[in-house]
Amino acid sequence: MVEHAMHVHGELWTVKELFVLPNEYVYWSIQIVMYPFMTGLVAGAFVLSSLYHVFGVKQLKEIARFSLVFSFALLPVAMMPLLLHLQQPLRGIHVMMTPHFTSAISAFGIVFMTYAFIVASELWFEYRRHFVVTSQSLAAKPDRSGIDNFRMLLFKTLTLGATDISPEAVEKDHKAVKRLAALGIPVACFLHGYAGFIFGSVKANALWMTPLMPVIFICSAVVSGIALCIFCYVVTMEIRKFMAKRKISRWAKDQNAPSLEELQSAEDQEIKIVSNYLLYFMIAAITLEILDLIFRGYTQVKSWDILREVIMERDFTKIFIMQYAIGNVLPFLLMVLPGRTVRRTTIATLLVMFGVFMMRWNVVIGGQAFSLSFSGFMHYHLPIVPRDWETFREGLGGALLVMATPFVLFWFLNKIFPAFLKEEEVH
Amino acid sequence: MKSHVWRPLYVVIAIIAGLLLFREFYVPDTFGSGEYGFMYSYHNLENQEVWKNQPLKYQDTGKQKMHEYCGECHGDVVDIRTEDLHGIIPCENCHGPALEHPDEPELLVVNRERGVCLRCHTLLPYTTSERKRIPGINPNEHNVDEACVDCHDPHNPRLEDM
Amino acid sequence: MKRRDFLKNTIVAIAGASVPLSALEFIDPQEVLAANPDIHWAFLINTHTCVGCGFCVKACKTENDIPFEANVSRTWVERYVFTKDDRRYIDSPKAALYGFTDSKVDLGEHLGFKDIEPENVGKAFFVPKLCNHCEAPACTQVCPVGATYKTDDGIVLIDRSWCIGCGYCVMACPFGARFFHPVHNVVDKCTFCYHRITKDLETACVNACPFGARKMCNIRDINDPITKIILNDRVGVLKDEFGTKPQAFYIGLATEVR
Repeated sequence: MVEHAMHVHGELWTVKELFVLPNEYVYWSIQIVMYPFMTGLVAGAFVLSSLYHVFGVKQLKEIARFSLVFSFALLPVAMMPLLLHLQQPLRGIHVMMTPHFTSAISAFGIVFMTYAFIVASELWFEYRRHFVVTSQSLAAKPDRSGIDNFRMLLFKTLTLGATDISPEAVEKDHKAVKRLAALGIPVACFLHGYAGFIFGSVKANALWMTPLMPVIFICSAVVSGIALCIFCYVVTMEIRKFMAKRKISRWAKDQNAPSLEELQSAEDQEIKIVSNYLLYFMIAAITLEILDLIFRGYTQVKSWDILREVIMERDFTKIFIMQYAIGNVLPFLLMVLPGRTVRRTTIATLLVMFGVFMMRWNVVIGGQAFSLSFSGFMHYHLPIVPRDWETFREGLGGALLVMATPFVLFWFLNKIFPAFLKEEEVH
Repeated sequence: MKSHVWRPLYVVIAIIAGLLLFREFYVPDTFGSGEYGFMYSYHNLENQEVWKNQPLKYQDTGKQKMHEYCGECHGDVVDIRTEDLHGIIPCENCHGPALEHPDEPELLVVNRERGVCLRCHTLLPYTTSERKRIPGINPNEHNVDEACVDCHDPHNPRLEDM
Repeated sequence: MKRRDFLKNTIVAIAGASVPLSALEFIDPQEVLAANPDIHWAFLINTHTCVGCGFCVKACKTENDIPFEANVSRTWVERYVFTKDDRRYIDSPKAALYGFTDSKVDLGEHLGFKDIEPENVGKAFFVPKLCNHCEAPACTQVCPVGATYKTDDGIVLIDRSWCIGCGYCVMACPFGARFFHPVHNVVDKCTFCYHRITKDLETACVNACPFGARKMCNIRDINDPITKIILNDRVGVLKDEFGTKPQAFYIGLATEVR
């Protein structure tokens, strides 16, 4: 009976306690925590940008454009954790090739594509004038470098040949943006709602199975998305303020560049409005989550014995301290207590994002913390130091990679869709 | 003049058309649903044949047909054991799967480890299970370093014949 | 309207055209037999006669190329020990690949092994488990790419060349029958030895069981002795509440078995 180590998928990070079925492991690990978290950010960022375009919340003008670009940068990242988690990542395309529509995951291909098309089109209308102006000014430039030639070609392609920037044409763009933003809201909610449905419809899992799951997921998605937008907005504004103060880059040569005071007042204004929206969605999200918990405790069905042990004892710190106290109550107080400042709000948004991440963790990992036999437990140990490709992609490394990607993408996208153009420069 | 508003839509349609075209070549024609409908049986219909054609490893039919395969050549041994207590155990449980024997492998290696016997003959105090009818020993006390088959004949385990 | 008719109509209304009517006829097996005379495989497990030797697990792993050293298995045997002081212990060391050769019960990596005094043992028994090849399998319903499916003769299979390895079916199965194959890196599970039963041979586990605790039959063949047991005796199924309609029937099933 000489046995060689042969690890089956999931075994490396799962520790079993008491009776767990032989085939049970924590199969859905960190990447599946990242997946709803990242899609949540996408959906939330889009909803925020739509608040301006659809509901005409004028004060959100600047952050709206920023969130639209950022939500586009986040898009591929919503797909990334799924691909990293697949055992056969090269076959990922099968989801689009032979979609089996009775599976929530198969909707991914369709919904994701629809959503991507909407965001991309909206961006196109938003920035078409910018493309035309840039490509024309580059064409007019007498001595173009190689990069200039490339940029000219790129922007020319991006105009899709629509070079008319008369006021009437631009007005059409505006209208299209508004329509697409309106269409985008339900699609964004669907994109994330079905991520909740993926979990909520797993009848075998006592913790996941609840019709509230999609709604909870949408609310927390909007919360995390708005929080991320506020945070990134503040960070970029601080950088711009710093540059305006020191007269670096644009501020060194451009007379029309916004002054330090303009930037400061714009930032205060935007943050004030957006953080109120953040508060509303937080209240909705927390209410639903608590309702779910109370309902389970009150009805005490067969699974409650084991769920109670997981929720109230084993995962108590993760759920009640990290998720609810640090991730919900503390930022809530930071934002509602009088004398709110931009700095306090920014700290609150970080805590909110942490709270939403912990909520995803507690749902995904918590749902696998107990055996289907209701007689044992599984502990998940996140692989920190990667030993091989599997422990990298399903470990801390993979999670950090997913987290860093949107910022890298945003940096590139910002070259094409400058998120901070002044109004008259765009249209 | 044509409105430029529809241009993104043309791009979208081109992408979708490209995907559908790619799908045409990529997906086997044999995809379809069986009797259980799209919900439960949407698949590549050819895959069933793949499973049907997996190689057989256990050749004997066990006690259901009284060791048809093994009995062909080893009839004398089969005859002893079917009359006896261990007659209920299929040959391949201890001798290993026949595979293509006698061609390949020519000789089956018999597992003579204590573990094989201990599967049934470890003493477990479970009076409500069939286990109570099987004679059991404590493997940590009963002739610890010896193989069971040194004293007991697995084909005829009756103690009075030892 | 009778309650059954009402239920049936409701389901039909919900499922619409995607589900053939034959899939809904499973409330009364007798009726189905008359209507559908072809093949539908079912499994019968007698928990009274199982002694936990684990020959079935060994045979299954050998026949279906699941490495012995991998801690997953298409079939496994569970041991239940209830003590007189009202404690419950369950284990399945290495899926019972080598049987139960120790009276100590395995409590997992942290807690080690529990020694139970023989005088303290009350009820104790063994339960073999495997894929139930459900009539309404949750696993095939959730596969996003159509890589796992139910054949016309009632077997749930996996297309190894098409599975993307998302693990959704693993999560959806209420019985823990599915796992990732350590070599092929796609989902794997019991096939009822499809290559054997389609050649009129019994599955490797049924074949290997010396005690007749595992049996198979074509539940549409009314003259099959095993079919008769399923139809006439008091048999139960695991986790009925999930509505997947398991096709592995148990004699002597205890409520504690989940």
